[in-house]
Amino acid sequence: MEHKGMNLTLKVWRQQNANDKGKFVTYNVKDVSPDMSFLEMFDVLNEQLINTGDEPIAFDHDCREGICGMCSMYINGRAHGPMKGTTTCQLHMRSFKDGDTITVEPWRAKAFPVIKDLVVDRTSFDKIIASGGFVSVNTGNAQDANALPIPKDDADASFEAAACIGCGACVASCKNSSAMLFVSAKVSQFALLPQGQAERTDRVLNMVKTMDEAGFGNCTNTGSCEVECPKEISLANIARMNREYLMATLKK
Amino acid sequence: MTKFLTSSLGKKTVMALSGLFLCLFLLEHLYTNVHLFFGDGGKEFNEASHSMVHSILIRIIEVVLFLAIVVHVAQALLLTKENSDARPVKYAVDGTSKTSDWFSRNMLLTGSIIFFFIVVHLYNFFVPYRVTGHVVGPEEAMATGGETLAMEVAEALSNPIYAIIYLISVLLLAFHLNHGFQSAFQTLGINNQKYSKVWKMASVGFAVLIGVGFGAFPIFFQLAKYIGFDALNWNM
Ligand code: HEM
Ligand code: SF4
Ligand code: FES
Repeated sequence: MEHKGMNLTLKVWRQQNANDKGKFVTYNVKDVSPDMSFLEMFDVLNEQLINTGDEPIAFDHDCREGICGMCSMYINGRAHGPMKGTTTCQLHMRSFKDGDTITVEPWRAKAFPVIKDLVVDRTSFDKIIASGGFVSVNTGNAQDANALPIPKDDADASFEAAACIGCGACVASCKNSSAMLFVSAKVSQFALLPQGQAERTDRVLNMVKTMDEAGFGNCTNTGSCEVECPKEISLANIARMNREYLMATLKK
Repeated sequence: MTKFLTSSLGKKTVMALSGLFLCLFLLEHLYTNVHLFFGDGGKEFNEASHSMVHSILIRIIEVVLFLAIVVHVAQALLLTKENSDARPVKYAVDGTSKTSDWFSRNMLLTGSIIFFFIVVHLYNFFVPYRVTGHVVGPEEAMATGGETLAMEVAEALSNPIYAIIYLISVLLLAFHLNHGFQSAFQTLGINNQKYSKVWKMASVGFAVLIGVGFGAFPIFFQLAKYIGFDALNWNM
């Protein structure tokens, strides 16, 4: 099968460090295979930069198979590019056309400061997770999996929420830089299961508190996060979190 | 409680509750206004308005209503400011228009125009009726020949400029509600994947009811003026 390589113009955000002002730099990348992933295209560009003695572009990536959530790139105004339910590593160059100009920016949010170029600091997510605390389990031998009956619908909903990979696309795509889709997924995955009941009240109160302190915005239910989430986490989780939070406030 | 009220979710809850309370008020207001169509010289409308002014319950609700507007607007300004601060460096290319609805992103804009209209509206009807006493109740009007609320409304809505401002505001209110109504249930946590379709449909229905319902008044009085019938007295 013959593939015609594409020639692309890239406008990429370059920023030395957190204190640097930063600016867009334009690069030309030639003969890009449509079968490459977006990150592979960046590898080609970085090779090019290294060969000419320039500094390669810093960007986050790890698994390159859509499960780690590292590959944060805001591509042509869209988190992880134009496709639904994909991360940047799973975005293929066939989604673009020969001659396209592609603008690539880091996630923009007060709670996600830029470290370098396209790399942002997502420690605030870790803090939220940590503030959620632990799940109490009995020590000793592992319990028989079927000893705890869980309704199928709850198990499924919990599993869907647990699919969140903490990528931050929800924050990046939200006009308010709100982290509520992420936090609600993390609250939901435990709130729905019997194992999560002991700390249920404290968990939601603490996680929301940490979220607010990190400087994320307030959800206005525009729904952008759900559209851009690579794991297609549902807005229903946000409603569940709101419910959990109200109930927890009444209890405490 | 203060912890709740200053939290992101708490502020949103206040927004949703004040918004829904205002929605209830709109329904009540629409119900009263429908009396204007009766063509009975504004008799029923004047009486409905008059009895409300003299109901202690309504007077209390009125105070709550003013509070709800103040709280809704204050929270709107605070939340919108916080949300804008949460992204100090904006995107060069912003694709939110591809992932969300324009009205969901511009609630403060539509809200602000609605607020401007509420002020004009109060100045035109509430102030002369309830503060300066320029407009009087039905019995007093009968006795002294003073101007009734229905006459005041007819006069205002026959003015094409006022009618246009009224129509635009009502249209924007409808779009504010189209997003806001269903959004409030999501905020209050009374939502899931199944309900969300129902709330969205209810939201469209409510927005159309309010938009068409209130929009009908300026259109009716303007039509009356151009066709040449007496809008207030056609049934007499
Ligand atoms: C009759 C008048 C009004 C009604 C019935 C109304 C109703 C609502 C409702 C039901 C919501 C949804 C709340 C939620 O998402 O939880 C809302 C949101 C909003 N309203 Fe209003 N509103 C009115 C007037 C105003 C005014 C005067 C302003 C501002 C000056 C305003 C600004 C906003 C804003 C900014 C939001 C979005 C807040 C958020 O989602 O965080 N509204 N409104
Ligand atoms: S909710 Fe979706 S977009 Fe947000 S962090 Fe989780 S996987 Fe990423
Ligand atoms: S690199 Fe792991 S999800 Fe993209």
